[in-house]
Amino acid sequence: MNLTLKIWRQKDSKTKGQMVDYKVTDISEHMSFLEMMDVLNEQLVNSGDEPVAFDHDCREGICGMCSMYINGEAHGPDRGITTCQLHMRMFNDGDTITIEPFRAKAFPVIKDLVVDRMSFERIQQAGGYISVNTSGNTQDANALPISKHAADEAMDAAACIGCGACVATCKNSSAMLFVGAKVAQYALLPQGQVEAADRVKNMVAQMDLEGFGNCTNTGACEVECPKGISLENIARMNREFLKASIKG
Amino acid sequence: MSGFFTSSIGRKYAMALSAFFLMFFLIMHVALNAVSLFSEDAFNQASHFMGTNPLIQFLMQPVLMLGVVFHFVMGFILEIKNRSARVVKYAKNNGAANSTWMSRNMIYSGLFILIFLVIHFLDFWIPEINTKYIVGDMSGLHDGSFRYFHELQHKFIPIWRVALYCIGFIFLALHLLHGFDSAFQSLGANNKYTKGLKGFGKAYAILIPLMFIIIALFHHFNH
Ligand code: HEM
Ligand code: SF4
Ligand code: FES
Repeated sequence: MNLTLKIWRQKDSKTKGQMVDYKVTDISEHMSFLEMMDVLNEQLVNSGDEPVAFDHDCREGICGMCSMYINGEAHGPDRGITTCQLHMRMFNDGDTITIEPFRAKAFPVIKDLVVDRMSFERIQQAGGYISVNTSGNTQDANALPISKHAADEAMDAAACIGCGACVATCKNSSAMLFVGAKVAQYALLPQGQVEAADRVKNMVAQMDLEGFGNCTNTGACEVECPKGISLENIARMNREFLKASIKG
Repeated sequence: MSGFFTSSIGRKYAMALSAFFLMFFLIMHVALNAVSLFSEDAFNQASHFMGTNPLIQFLMQPVLMLGVVFHFVMGFILEIKNRSARVVKYAKNNGAANSTWMSRNMIYSGLFILIFLVIHFLDFWIPEINTKYIVGDMSGLHDGSFRYFHELQHKFIPIWRVALYCIGFIFLALHLLHGFDSAFQSLGANNKYTKGLKGFGKAYAILIPLMFIIIALFHHFNH
């Protein structure tokens, strides 16, 4: 198929960017979206132009790097996928596709479609872990009774790959689905409960500091999340935060 | 609790609590208004009680005022903060693909409610305060009988006011269609009851404003 692409081009974080039109031809419907971008970049390199910079790594929906806002949706029109899992068969011959970087004050553009998501890392560093001594004398996890229900919910929350689609999608650029998933993942398990109060307070404080917006429960994040992270995680974070704040 | 209400989540709790208070108040308000459909006498009695009981006048009324003001001021503050969290807007954004119109436009439905509230105050509240506390007439009487029912009927004669009220309540319904569920989620209540509650929320968001509209129309056509 033949396509027109409208792509955000920006030289670096300091330069103003703009949308630029490109044409690609003979795109197979079996290609992934990133393979289509590879075709475009090969074309640009061959004609001596600067290729479009975009993030990617695993190309199988695991790493969460492939941040693109395609036709007004994070990771494009399909559900439960990242950009690398988006197939060109979702589009039609002759389509015009708009491709933008994830937009949020806390995700500044580095170049073209590449954004800096270190704000997520800093939130993680503020409490998204358990302080466990791993020097060879750890308790066997099987010694701790955990209900199947809690284990399943924790596992579902842990599926978050930190891609940032929730932030990109949210009209408020809120990071609460991501932070909610990280908080819930530990709050549901005995190993995580020891530091639960400090964790939620520190992670929320860091989230606020980074300049993410405030959740207004539109639920857009849940729909666009490639890993099906549920709004229940935000509710759990809110409860954990209240509990931690009352404790002092 | 230090810093709770300056945190993003604390503000959500505050917003939801003020919203719950308003939603509870609406039930009382509509119940009282509905009395006017059945009995002029009972409506007069109830209005006189509400209008002269010191607990209601000097405790509940100021609390209500504060609740309303807090809610919309907080709404504006959150809206401004949230807008500033995305400096460069998307060239193309497909919000309808993942969220409802109501959820994305709370500030606009809220703004229309605010405009309605200003008019509502000028219509009913200011004249009441004037009669009772400026003129000093606490009797609730006019020409020897209770004035409340007749005042109510009189207000709904002009069609423009009835139309304005209807529009105001349609926006309230839109606001509540998202707001009801949203308030529970903000308080961290998302569990096995959520599904059932959503049905109840839809009914609440449509029936309460509809009831107000029916009452306004009833008095327009029956005076
Ligand atoms: C006076 C004009 C009003 C304005 C400007 C206004 C504005 C807003 C805004 C901007 C929000 C979204 C904030 C957020 O979700 O974080 C909101 C939420 C809400 N509003 Fe209003 N509102 C008004 C009146 C009312 C009234 C009269 C009611 C109900 C009786 C109401 C009920 C709600 C509810 C239930 C929510 C959801 C709360 C939550 O998500 O936690 N609002 N309002
Ligand atoms: S919650 Fe979903 S959308 Fe947000 S970072 Fe995690 S995987 Fe991505
Ligand atoms: S490149 Fe790893 S998830 Fe898409």
